[in-house]
Amino acid sequence: MLEINNLTVEIGGRRILKGVDLDVEAGYTNVLFGPNGAGKSALLMTLMGFSGYNVVEGEIIFKGEDITNMSVYERAQMGMGIMTQRPPNMSGVKLYDLLNVISKDMKDTEALAEAIDMVRFYERDVNVGFSGGEIKRSELLQLSAQNPDFILLDEPESGVDLVSIEQLGKTINSLLQKDCKCPGDRCCHGKSALVITHTGQVLDYIEADRGYILCNGTVMCSGNPREMLTEIKEQGYEECIKCKLMKI
Amino acid sequence: MQADEDMRKKAEAALKKNAAYGEDFDLNEYGLASETEERADDLEELSEEDQRTLLNVGFTPSEDNRSGSFLMLNNAVTHSSLRDDDVVELMSLRDAMRVHDWVKDYSWKLVEPDKDKYTAMSYLQDANGYFIRAPAGKKSKMPVQTCLLIGSKQVSQTVHNIVIVEEGAELDVITGCSTKHGIDKGLHLGISEMYVKKGATLNFTMIHNWGEEIGVRPRTVVHVEEGGTYISNYVTLKPVKSVQAYPTVILEGKGAFARLNTIAVAHPGSELDLGSKVVFNAEDTKAELISRTITTGGKAIARGEMIGNANNAKGHLECHGLVLGGGMQRAIPILEANVEDIELSHEAAVGRIAREQIEYLMARGLTEEDAVGMIVRGFLDVGIQGIPDELKADIDATIAKIGENAI
Repeated sequence: MLEINNLTVEIGGRRILKGVDLDVEAGYTNVLFGPNGAGKSALLMTLMGFSGYNVVEGEIIFKGEDITNMSVYERAQMGMGIMTQRPPNMSGVKLYDLLNVISKDMKDTEALAEAIDMVRFYERDVNVGFSGGEIKRSELLQLSAQNPDFILLDEPESGVDLVSIEQLGKTINSLLQKDCKCPGDRCCHGKSALVITHTGQVLDYIEADRGYILCNGTVMCSGNPREMLTEIKEQGYEECIKCKLMKI
Repeated sequence: MQADEDMRKKAEAALKKNAAYGEDFDLNEYGLASETEERADDLEELSEEDQRTLLNVGFTPSEDNRSGSFLMLNNAVTHSSLRDDDVVELMSLRDAMRVHDWVKDYSWKLVEPDKDKYTAMSYLQDANGYFIRAPAGKKSKMPVQTCLLIGSKQVSQTVHNIVIVEEGAELDVITGCSTKHGIDKGLHLGISEMYVKKGATLNFTMIHNWGEEIGVRPRTVVHVEEGGTYISNYVTLKPVKSVQAYPTVILEGKGAFARLNTIAVAHPGSELDLGSKVVFNAEDTKAELISRTITTGGKAIARGEMIGNANNAKGHLECHGLVLGGGMQRAIPILEANVEDIELSHEAAVGRIAREQIEYLMARGLTEEDAVGMIVRGFLDVGIQGIPDELKADIDATIAKIGENAI
């Protein structure tokens, strides 16, 4: 589904990502761990093609096509979708209007909104005056209307209270169609995702297949996400940095 | 009589007095607009082209969902009809002067005849216009529609309107201003004096759709008494040479409220100098001034002014200007507090649409063009109620075109 080779990215002349290699196979949900400022969000923003993230080296291959220089719109058209941490306030843009445009009037967006307890926000301006949790639900609602094949989620659980996390986790799960447990079936029918998580809480609700640790703009390690999370909780990221240094 | 004579002299002296703002127009370059035009008793018998012109400024020739209709072509009243004469009175101002001897007490009381050459000209011509009155306690479910149309080249149209909403009454007015197809050069001078009495509500929507060489100089003052509400929506989205207006609302009674929304697009060659002023003269008065302007190559000046003269007055001013494909935006907010216990604030921003907003929508699968269109539509949407579908479609088409050209 996605293949990132030797990706080096600069923001305002500062090198944020250095030679990142990472894959997401079809039907897989991969998780990205890493300390604050490691470049995790920058990687997701770069994958979606947002301006200001300048690829100076390397390539992004999506569904077999090199999308490194494609516009945000083209990437979305190819089936990529994103939930960012801090989406902009969209004054005047009504949520229902946006949902109907996104779904190309193919879905009952009001029913989607009801399923995620967002009906109250249906006629509101997108993100304007939304709380942290409301922003997450609004983003997921938009993704449900968009129905992308490959979903980038930037810390879906941050700023969400414990009760809402369960609802959020379940929504993400259904978005990814992770109810099919069989890996073979999943890679045929399920969606793929790359999820940033700090706390790992979201892993209680979604089936994660592979974990990556990003430190200082470089992938330090990859492996079983649950084992990695246990290790990070016990040792912290310092160990990862040391470990990588030792390998070199 | 002596007072009238004094005023006449003052007005004559003011004929050379330039307005404080906006390009100066030489009144001698324009002929007087005709006071005799063919009556249009059945509006649906007007030519299709004329009917379309009316529809595009919110005036429905079928008169569906309207309680009354008033049409002025050049300086002649060609149509005035009422469906609901229990709840509203509608006629030409000259007729009203004949019918009610008290109307003169409302004439030229809020707008000074010698304010500038345009008011002076309108005064000296004894300009006609509409007179609308909602009697005390009466609430019309449907708006009154009026249209001021320029139908001849190189003329100056002078209009004088008076609107009175009496105690506890509610009135909605939609006024469309336009030019007949093929008329590009002309001048529109419009005096409007509006009185919102105790506990009354006036909801006033004005849509402008002028020709590319038309100069427009409206002079409006609104007087609001205790507990009264004045809501104004001003919309001008089409090319015009120059509009300069500075409507003023005087909140004279305790708890009076005003909201003025302005949405405007300055096309290449257009100069829009649009102000709004609120004077808080009584306690607990509140006002909101919202201006959303777009330049696609023209010049847009948004002046917002709030003068606080009474305690516990609250006002907020919002001037947002988008530059899409060139042009000039200037926002001039003015806040003045003359007493201690007052809260006036403003928020002004000019510039292009944030890239982040466009890309947010593109990431949801919208093309850049559609994303800009959606943001522009949202930017200009201040929730105006009761405009006909044809006008909505026209507004949408204009916005779509702005979106396309902005990229």
